Amino acid sequence: MPAEGLRELAVAIAIAVGAIGPALGIGNLAGRAMEALGRNPEAEPAIRLNMILGLAFAEAIAIYALVVALIIKFV
Amino acid sequence: MPQERSRLPVPVVVVVVLGLLVSGFLFVRSPQPPHVEVAAERLFTIGSFPITNTILTAWIVVLFLVVLFRLATRTMRLVPTGLQNLAEALVEALLNFCVGVAGDKNGRRFFALVGTIFLFVLTSNWMGLLPGVGTIGLWMEKDHHEVLAPLFRSASTDLNMTLTLALYSVIATQIFGARTLGIRQYASKYINLKGGFIGFYVGLLEFLAEVAKLISFSFRLFGNIFAGEILLGVVSFLVPFVAAIPFYGLEVFVGFVQALVFAALTLIFMTIAVSGHGEEHHAGEHESAPHAAQVEAAASH
Repeated sequence: MPAEGLRELAVAIAIAVGAIGPALGIGNLAGRAMEALGRNPEAEPAIRLNMILGLAFAEAIAIYALVVALIIKFV
Repeated sequence: MPQERSRLPVPVVVVVVLGLLVSGFLFVRSPQPPHVEVAAERLFTIGSFPITNTILTAWIVVLFLVVLFRLATRTMRLVPTGLQNLAEALVEALLNFCVGVAGDKNGRRFFALVGTIFLFVLTSNWMGLLPGVGTIGLWMEKDHHEVLAPLFRSASTDLNMTLTLALYSVIATQIFGARTLGIRQYASKYINLKGGFIGFYVGLLEFLAEVAKLISFSFRLFGNIFAGEILLGVVSFLVPFVAAIPFYGLEVFVGFVQALVFAALTLIFMTIAVSGHGEEHHAGEHESAPHAAQVEAAASH
């Protein structure tokens, strides 16, 4: 396989595999936040803030994969 | 079911959307996908100092914020109106956020840095979404190709800028921690000789965590905003005009959330740094934040 094709493949694999973990994490986190909201609706501001922070932590992992993919593709 | 609120009749909207789509595909659509450049383009140099388009945009952001708040506070009144009202609402919301997370005393100490980071990051994120930013530029020679170097480009799409902000955030955290707990006690967090081998190893890990913070701070902001710009470019290349609108809304939201996350994480790390560790925790309890334990639990995930 030519090097250019391998590069394209590497980009696709990098972001595809890198997105699996954060996807599971974000789903779990948002689901738990909804559960907590159902149990204790008054705590909505605190839950929302902590949820968004947690989402940012989980999503950062996907962003690392994205940055790696972009570097493979364009640099 | 007819609704009172909708002013535009549905057929008109459909015709406009279809017209935009057809004219976009016929006249506007470019033959190749948008050119992506990871590094910021160099516009000109002053002496040996290169001026990139992201630096130019960052200066404009700073100028905008300074002028905005200067105008807002030029004629201060006890009962605010107009611009002063907006500025006060903004600053008050930020201050309440800081005080809510870090407690009254520490919240006010951290407020200046955290609020500045929030306003700067928010403005530079949204700056990249303005029409003309990233599209108006100069044609430049690069690798024997004529490429468009945009005159303006959101400062958050430059890794240098986000890394600098991350450095500010992490170093300020160390300074606040050392000033509150005293240098000896704060340094014992990193160089722990009393706890034996395990203590020493934990200190090493703490130090590594600070380095990891730098990487995650800078890549999170850079990656989100840069990826958003590529997303908008690619979507409007695939389907001109229409398809980019929902993604534009998404990017406005992402820009806000990333600014909030950068500021909130800085605030939380500072709160943790000044509240000490382990058995020292009880000593400083009377002045530590009401939510510190809860926040610490959230941040450790």
